[in-house]
Amino acid sequence: MTTSPRFSRRDFTKFSLAASAAMLAGVKGAAAAPKGEPIRIGVLHSLSGTMAISETTLKDVILMLVELQNRKGGVLGRPLEAVVVDPASNWPLFAEKARQLLAVDKVASVFGCWTSVSRKSVLPVFEELNGILFYPVQYEGQECSRNVFYTGAAPNQQAIPAVDYLLSADGGGAKRFALIGTDYVYPRTTNQILQNYLKSKGIADADIMVNYTPFGQSDWQTIVSQLKAFGSAGKKTAVVSTINGDANVPFYKELGAQGITATDIPVMAFSVGEEELAGMDTKPLVGQLAAWNYFESIDSPANKSFIKEWHTYTKNPKRTTNDPMEASYIGFNLWVQAVEKVGSTDHDKVIDAMVGLKQANLTGGTAKVLPNHHITKPVYIGEIQDDGQFNVVWQTPKEVPGMAWSPYVAETKNLIGDWTKPINCGNYDTVKKACLGAKHG
Amino acid sequence: MADVAMSGPAALSGRKLWNGARGIFAAVLLSLLFIQPDSARADEDAFAGLATTQFNTIASSVDQIAQQGGPRALPVLRALADKKLFAASEGDALFIRKGDSWEDARSGVPATPDETTLRPVRVNNRVRLAVAAAEAELELVSGTPAERQASATVFYQRHDPAMLPAIDKALSKTDDATLKDTLLNARAAALLSPGAPASDAQAQQQAVAKLRAAGGLDARGILAQASTEETLDPATRKAAEEAVSSIDFELRLWGFGQDAFYGMSLGSVLLLAAMGLAITFGVMGVINMAHGELMMIGAYTTWLTQKAVLSVAPALGSFSLVLAIPAAFLVCGALGIVIERGLIRFLYGRPLETLLATWGLSLILQQVIRSLFGPTNVAVTTPPWLSGSFHLGGIEVTIDRLAIMIFAVVVMAGLTLVLRRTPLGLQMRAVTQNRRMAALMGIRTARVDALTFGLGSGIAGLAGVAVSQIDNVSPNLGQSYIIDSFLVVVFGGVGNLWGTLAAAATLGIGGKALEPLVGAVSGKILLLVLVILYIQRHPRGMFPLRGRGVES
Repeated sequence: MTTSPRFSRRDFTKFSLAASAAMLAGVKGAAAAPKGEPIRIGVLHSLSGTMAISETTLKDVILMLVELQNRKGGVLGRPLEAVVVDPASNWPLFAEKARQLLAVDKVASVFGCWTSVSRKSVLPVFEELNGILFYPVQYEGQECSRNVFYTGAAPNQQAIPAVDYLLSADGGGAKRFALIGTDYVYPRTTNQILQNYLKSKGIADADIMVNYTPFGQSDWQTIVSQLKAFGSAGKKTAVVSTINGDANVPFYKELGAQGITATDIPVMAFSVGEEELAGMDTKPLVGQLAAWNYFESIDSPANKSFIKEWHTYTKNPKRTTNDPMEASYIGFNLWVQAVEKVGSTDHDKVIDAMVGLKQANLTGGTAKVLPNHHITKPVYIGEIQDDGQFNVVWQTPKEVPGMAWSPYVAETKNLIGDWTKPINCGNYDTVKKACLGAKHG
Repeated sequence: MADVAMSGPAALSGRKLWNGARGIFAAVLLSLLFIQPDSARADEDAFAGLATTQFNTIASSVDQIAQQGGPRALPVLRALADKKLFAASEGDALFIRKGDSWEDARSGVPATPDETTLRPVRVNNRVRLAVAAAEAELELVSGTPAERQASATVFYQRHDPAMLPAIDKALSKTDDATLKDTLLNARAAALLSPGAPASDAQAQQQAVAKLRAAGGLDARGILAQASTEETLDPATRKAAEEAVSSIDFELRLWGFGQDAFYGMSLGSVLLLAAMGLAITFGVMGVINMAHGELMMIGAYTTWLTQKAVLSVAPALGSFSLVLAIPAAFLVCGALGIVIERGLIRFLYGRPLETLLATWGLSLILQQVIRSLFGPTNVAVTTPPWLSGSFHLGGIEVTIDRLAIMIFAVVVMAGLTLVLRRTPLGLQMRAVTQNRRMAALMGIRTARVDALTFGLGSGIAGLAGVAVSQIDNVSPNLGQSYIIDSFLVVVFGGVGNLWGTLAAAATLGIGGKALEPLVGAVSGKILLLVLVILYIQRHPRGMFPLRGRGVES
């Protein structure tokens, strides 16, 4: 296991491909990139339209990981080549571009999608053409496909622990909950799960308020004053926010203007990360909460070197990192491991090899691929600081395994996903002992 | 340096030893004479909790420090709140950072700790709450009149029965009527809260009456809780319940005023966004799809002005917004003139082509801004004098929204003046009504066209300044306002400034009246349907222009 110093200095992950690197270093005058037919991987993230703000970053991360992998000698001794397409925040176009990646470009795997609606659009294509999708964003669950690896959080890896924190003494012991969200599938499904969960914890119906707003809502005056009134019932009140994207800035601004601070009514957000905070004046937000599986501020050697690589790659020392970036990183490295393990990019072999693989995550724990194609993740609760970063105030004692189906929804409480033999089914009913077939959600 | 560093811990451990000895002595004395425990020793114990990493311990340590008081309590708590309090990784030494130097937290003497072994004392919401309460407790006795008033309000909002002795003490010392009233409210609130010492039914009902008179959301919350509190007298609970419903009734009445304020503030944003369009679309007949992007550039100009002012004269930072107003008007006005000369003037009389050309232009402008400043939001700060809110009776008025309302009125008045009382306004109206006749009278119509478009664009820039205070500033900002702006202009009657005002106010107040009834999503849809129905009946809007030039 000898590598030339040139490569080891650039070593990035623990799982370096030492053997192929050494082989390559032996070639006289070899360039840094390995030789051979390239292995193509697809990058399916919107580079224009409303989602470009978030998704462009994920495209950059995958390109960076490809570059680093190629410097280490590629995969199976062959270089990686990223095929980047732009589905332009247009859901039907996502399906079309996915088809192009799988049928025309013959990619070995695809890293992509952000919104749930884009994932739902490409799902039939991936199942029809037997592709592999790595989906790196926290989502609402209630889905389990053999062709998708969910490296973001399922509801039990973000929403449920976050509410547990709000209910606990440390989180203020909230007794009333306002569930505020943007009007689309992720907030609606998450809130349905949370409502049932809160009821199971003894919270009365009258103490749960649910409110939806359109995408890009900019006038929050009425809703914030409703929140204030809702909080005046004499019980400690907390807000759970599934507000997406740009609408968060005016929402927090209005909270500040109407004088609601984190110590009065804390707001727990599921979609506000470092990148969103970069465009806000965070002084009035100090103490507001967010639940993620990764924060840029977490002090670990792997995270430090990842942030350093990211700054070097983007040539911008101020670019923040965030949770979906870490999920992309985990997904990419898991795929590399699986390909190395089976010695081929054959989709069926790689899918089967994935289950059980382990990958060190950036915050110090280990992500393990479960039979339901979700992974184990640590859950962190962070408080917003005045410098736009999060300070971790709570974390789960160990990694939480992701659950595809929620036990808090009547129709799915008996379902599990298991893509290993003998079950090999995405929605297996553990009571009827039967697979419900090709329906995913 | 070296000896100071050596003497710090040495002195500390010496003092500890002495305190230890004193502590034993004190304990003996205590058991014999039943006197107060030695405060110096207890102080040390209270501070020690801050050096742990447990939020619970830190929070209870804060409570303890506040109860014991002492000269070091306030400085340490303030340092904790400002994240300037550091603990050594070993032992329980605490230091406060003062710029580049350090002081020992317990004694306040300068110290030189080994900075590599220090870590900030952790703070979460629980600790923040404890610090706020502790500061209030300390300032209630020793603060300035304003601080004491603020502390009394914190007492009222927190209504912890444990604070009753402190409230009573402060009550006996003050003559100030407002402070006394707040303290009495705080006392009433504490008496009705869980864990309050047993009191007779009469005192409880007096407390209910006091809060009932105070009114407002805070009182409602306390009374609502009291009405379900098992330990209270049943008659008190009933009284509290009645008080809640009567406060609710009052709040509902004030709610109408509150909705009207929200509606007008939304209307004023719509008015600002639509006013420039009323000129370029209404007066000139140009469908300018890049109007929203001009607003967006106005908002980015605000951000750039803020950055420039902060780097040149940081002291004036909070007034950069005032400078941004002319800057945004000039930048967007100049850009408007360039757009008119470079693009629009070739397309007069062909509205569909202007629509396509300006739509393309809007995409180009968005991408230019995205390439220059990045795709993510930029942070425009709201100056302190525009932050916060005040109460007008039961109506909460947020200052930034109020400022935007005033700004919209001022811009509207200014624009009316320009159109009615200046040579440019006269020429603009002349060119609109009869271009050939105006040209024959010696008016340079091409120049007037450029200036008119520039004026409309400049006003879009002003709208951008206002919007930067309440919305996010990103390359997409314009898209969210363009539809609403056209809606306002068409609904109000094309080419009529008063129509624009009426339409903006109607849509704003209508939207805010519907929102609480049917929710934000359906409210927006319902409003759009109503406007479409109205425009079908009155295609020329609320205030149609009449006259000879209208048809051409």
